[in-house]
Amino acid sequence: MAPSALAMILFIVVPIGSILVQSLFVEHERVLVTVENCGPFGCTEETRVDTAATAELRAEEPLGRFNGLGTYIDRGHLAVDELAAILSDNAGPGDIAARVMNLPFYKALAFTLAYTLLVTPLCMALGFAVALAVNALPRLAKGPVIFLTLLPYIATPLLGALAVFWMINTDGIIGATLQAIFDDPTLSLQASPMLTWITLIVWGIWHMAPFAFVVFYAGLQTVPADTLESAMIDGASRWERILYVTVPHLKPLAIFVGLILLMDNFRVFEPIIGFSAEANATSLSWSIYNDLNGQGGQLFGSAAATSVLTTIGVMILLTPVLIRTWRGAGGRAA
Amino acid sequence: MRKFVGVFASSLLLGASSVSAACGIEAGSVRILSNDFAALGTVIDEARECAADGVTVSANLTTEHKSLQVPALTVDPSRYSVAMVANNSLVPLLNEGLVRPLDDLVAEYGDQLEDRQLVRIGGEIVAIAFMVNAQHLYLRQDLLEEAGIDAPTSYEGILEAARTLKESGVSDTPLGAADAAGWDLAAEFVNMHLGMGGDFFEQGSAAPALANETGLRTLEMMKALTEFMAPGYMTVSADELKNQYVSGNVAMMNEWGSMVDGIVGAAASDRQIAEATTLAAAPTVGGGGIPAAALWWDGFVIADNISDEDAAASFQVMMHAIRPEVAQDNPQAAAWLISGFDAPESARGMLATAEAGARPYPMTPYMGLMHDTLGVELVQFMQGTESAEQALADVEAAYSAAAREAGYLN
Repeated sequence: MAPSALAMILFIVVPIGSILVQSLFVEHERVLVTVENCGPFGCTEETRVDTAATAELRAEEPLGRFNGLGTYIDRGHLAVDELAAILSDNAGPGDIAARVMNLPFYKALAFTLAYTLLVTPLCMALGFAVALAVNALPRLAKGPVIFLTLLPYIATPLLGALAVFWMINTDGIIGATLQAIFDDPTLSLQASPMLTWITLIVWGIWHMAPFAFVVFYAGLQTVPADTLESAMIDGASRWERILYVTVPHLKPLAIFVGLILLMDNFRVFEPIIGFSAEANATSLSWSIYNDLNGQGGQLFGSAAATSVLTTIGVMILLTPVLIRTWRGAGGRAA
Repeated sequence: MRKFVGVFASSLLLGASSVSAACGIEAGSVRILSNDFAALGTVIDEARECAADGVTVSANLTTEHKSLQVPALTVDPSRYSVAMVANNSLVPLLNEGLVRPLDDLVAEYGDQLEDRQLVRIGGEIVAIAFMVNAQHLYLRQDLLEEAGIDAPTSYEGILEAARTLKESGVSDTPLGAADAAGWDLAAEFVNMHLGMGGDFFEQGSAAPALANETGLRTLEMMKALTEFMAPGYMTVSADELKNQYVSGNVAMMNEWGSMVDGIVGAAASDRQIAEATTLAAAPTVGGGGIPAAALWWDGFVIADNISDEDAAASFQVMMHAIRPEVAQDNPQAAAWLISGFDAPESARGMLATAEAGARPYPMTPYMGLMHDTLGVELVQFMQGTESAEQALADVEAAYSAAAREAGYLN
């Protein structure tokens, strides 16, 4: 008990705690001075940071300026003031939606949720279908087919996304073929938000389905053969056997797969980078990356606030599944 | 995404070699952090020649250098003794006070340097520049002739030429630009806005000053150009743009001077296109007299948090790496600032841009935040889902939030 409690504190409580603290602070005021700046292109008057004076401020309060929940409610996050302005003065629901989607946090949240809620069930359905199909194959064919089916999952997400990105480029094999099929030389999967969203979601299903497949396939091996046989004797068709024997048997497994996929999909990130899709689709993880990767310096407070909001999002998303699992466990105990 | 695909290459440590008498260094450890492109590679190869007994020279060339440099130079002693910088990437180092003043080292070892190479801030030398870069026009002369038009010199002229090229069927997508969401898109805005005579901030303050007539005209021109580009223009980075051009899909583009190798010259990937290409200054815009392109320099700084011995060794190694012969032996590699350099034909576009009075990329401490914001907030406008007024208001709001968090605004 004690070692696992210690590990939990070290690896979960401390990092989350430090992020929470970080999200409440912003950087010190920078002391600015104007100086002459000369270089290959002549001289100009430019401002620069007085590093000595700024360092003094920093030494006094190493954490930065306390900002409370200021970062959480600013425009980059929950945008409380902007939302209030939109709600108090708008031209109908369409206008509200468009203006809310213009705020970076809600734009990222919308795609993240759409991705999670579409990819998770479709991934599970596809994975289950593939598992059933593979299970019906002759023994010799199973090994190679399983290996091939797993390939999308084995490929590094970023590389997989890049490869597909080049294929859907207007010069690429898929992009050019689509243009030929629809006879529209301006058709590009990368140009419109809707097509980009569809591309990313299809990619997500393609990438994660093998995970669902491999778990369900393992589960299929444990379906009791005598129950299946008695169902057959009772005259159940293949479809009925799947529906009334296999599916109920795999239900706990499905909850597990759903849980993992929900968590995985909610932190969608690599395909956005791989597909250069940030113009049309951003996710919460991408927002954090963007805050930490700017050339203007890292915005730690902003990234920390988005991280906390993401954690809260995951908790909300998982609650129904966890309650179900808990009830299931309770039911079995009783 | 260029930054991500880039080769996280080569932390190569060269062992002892005996041919280093040329650098005249007794001892020291030289550790270079650098962006990853060909011209910088040339300089670093020269620096590596100085490795000898007691002198180690190592280099890390990575397109992720901007995110590495501040943490790596903050630790004491620094992970790197030399950082290759440009006018934008110098600023974060200055903001944190991580750069060593070079006046003494220049006096002792810097006889070869020209005055224009010394970057002085507040009277102190903080960096040594050795080459310049800018975006400028690459034109397919053959296609222009086929359509019977003269080479345009302004963006208004480019729009007209593009229309003619398209309507006469010479080219379906006559224009290209590095409009990829993120860094590239922001750089395009900076170019165009400088050409319009615009400013980014209120004088002497970090408050943004974009939501005005000049900002609107800048955006209108950027959007007007996209009408003549391939539809996926929001994913076209500078590298992708070069690919489009050398595969013959684009007739006119404003592309980096440092990418000229491979488009024209001996290393060109398509002979025919190379021969039909002319290089010209970046176009003017909106009746302004100067090219719509920011001027950039590349150079190096010496880290503050290292021993004096390592600093002296690093400076001497870099002096060896940018000695006049390097520029003379590699005239195609870059537009060198090094003394005695005779610019070849391939640097013509870039030099014409500088001579026509293009403005340097701003070095204000908060320009990086503005650049990051532009790359994100202009996207919806460029796709046509948002008005120019709204886009500029978004830029100002998002920038102000970031600048407040970073301590530049209250």
